[in-house]
Amino acid sequence: MNVIQNSTDIITVSELVKKFGDFTAVDNISFNVKKGEIFAFLGPNGAGKSTTIKMLTTLLHPTSGKIVLNSFDPARNKDGVRKSLGIVFQDPSLDDDLTALENMQFHAVCYGVPKDIRGSRIEELLQFVELWDRRNDLVKTFSGGMKRRLEIARGLLHHPTILFLDEPTLGLDPQTRNHMWSYVKDINQKEGMTVFFTTHYMEEADRVAERIAVIDHGKIVAMGTGSELKSRTNADTLEDAFLNLTGHKIREEEASSLDRMRRMGRLWAGRRR
Amino acid sequence: MNVIYIMWLRQLKKYFRSKSRIIGSLGQPLLFLLAFGFGFGAIFKKAGAGNYMQFLAPGIILMSVLFTAIFSGIDLIWDRQFGFLKETMVAPVSRLQIMLGKTLGGATVAAIQGVIVFVLTLLVGFRPHNLILLPLGALVVFLVAILFTSLGIGLASTMEDMQGFQLIMNFLVMPIFFLSGALFPLEGLPRVMDVIASLDPLSYGVDGLRYSFLGSESVFGMTTDMLVLSVLTVLLLGLGSRLFERIQA
Repeated sequence: MNVIQNSTDIITVSELVKKFGDFTAVDNISFNVKKGEIFAFLGPNGAGKSTTIKMLTTLLHPTSGKIVLNSFDPARNKDGVRKSLGIVFQDPSLDDDLTALENMQFHAVCYGVPKDIRGSRIEELLQFVELWDRRNDLVKTFSGGMKRRLEIARGLLHHPTILFLDEPTLGLDPQTRNHMWSYVKDINQKEGMTVFFTTHYMEEADRVAERIAVIDHGKIVAMGTGSELKSRTNADTLEDAFLNLTGHKIREEEASSLDRMRRMGRLWAGRRR
Repeated sequence: MNVIYIMWLRQLKKYFRSKSRIIGSLGQPLLFLLAFGFGFGAIFKKAGAGNYMQFLAPGIILMSVLFTAIFSGIDLIWDRQFGFLKETMVAPVSRLQIMLGKTLGGATVAAIQGVIVFVLTLLVGFRPHNLILLPLGALVVFLVAILFTSLGIGLASTMEDMQGFQLIMNFLVMPIFFLSGALFPLEGLPRVMDVIASLDPLSYGVDGLRYSFLGSESVFGMTTDMLVLSVLTVLLLGLGSRLFERIQA
């Protein structure tokens, strides 16, 4: 079922809420992403970035609120949404017991990449992430960075309309990081692919994204271009802007212990929340 | 169709790559064949019930099919813990296709395991009387494999970690095996046991396979065996799909 959407928007989110028991992970957020835009969700760990991505990508049902994505509603037309998406998750989602090539082939079949272009496209992408020489090695022999690169290659394999990247550069060295962004930007410009990514690196959001939404404690506290955010808060750097907006720095330590607690909570609460 | 195939292929590749798992899974059937087969052989014969190894072998073959099939569920839990499940869950394919591919893959692995144990039984002295009915035996093995793989995947869909699965092993799989008539004849049992055994799906598999191998008369009748197995397979496949569809990653 198609839903009416502003013609320049590819993602429209209004009053989105996700609760896990008493805890509100995403607290009434609204935003929109334009076609062909590179859009960043900036915030500390546990701010609700991944939860939002999970709802956008059909993995979680929202508690309330509305999402329209490429004119589909993820709650009602899951396959329509899924076909439009490429996703690189925050945690690894590769099969360690398969080779790099087999992981790519599996993905290509699931996303219906035509057989005749499957081989060449897989080669092109594996060459790009510099894993072509290791294509027949089991993924379990790969380093963390190599796995990350393979996942990025896999996410791009079916030329998605929207690419979701959840903390994509976590654990990548600066060189690979730059390399990855230049490739993503390249596809973004050539094919008009929309890119939605989350990060807690200020510098990355500032440099890569056209617009940034600053999210903290499940709420969007500000949204705009990097320079807009800086001028609005009279700050020289995005770092300072963030400090002014939220009253605290992006601190990983505090957030990650909160994350752990939440994970424990989820474990005890069981699967259906 | 392609999706079912690639899911199936993945299960098989993973199986053949884990040599230690294949070898490890043969230990238990071998132990049962030696301990029970030879241990009770003399008494069984004295009671005038014939050769116990002949009687036991089909039961042990299906035991290993049962265990391997149910354990397909554990693969699903691993997939969840290592994150690969997310990759399949966001793919634009129906959950039914994923479930079918996984089930067929797991069932094929279980059936292969059954064939390996069959060879093992030949080594310790099992001799099928009747080779004409062998295809029927293969069908029984495959039905049992699909039936319990669906059950394993369905149950695993409702679980987040391994602990729960241990419970299932103790309170479901072991009773299914021990009360199925795999180890003892179902004739002349106390009334309660008789009822329990006839409620156990594996009883019909064991009965059917024993008939296919030995051509001896079957307890429930071959038609009943096949009918019960087929109907249950369809039901559990449906139930498994329903439970699988409800997974949220």
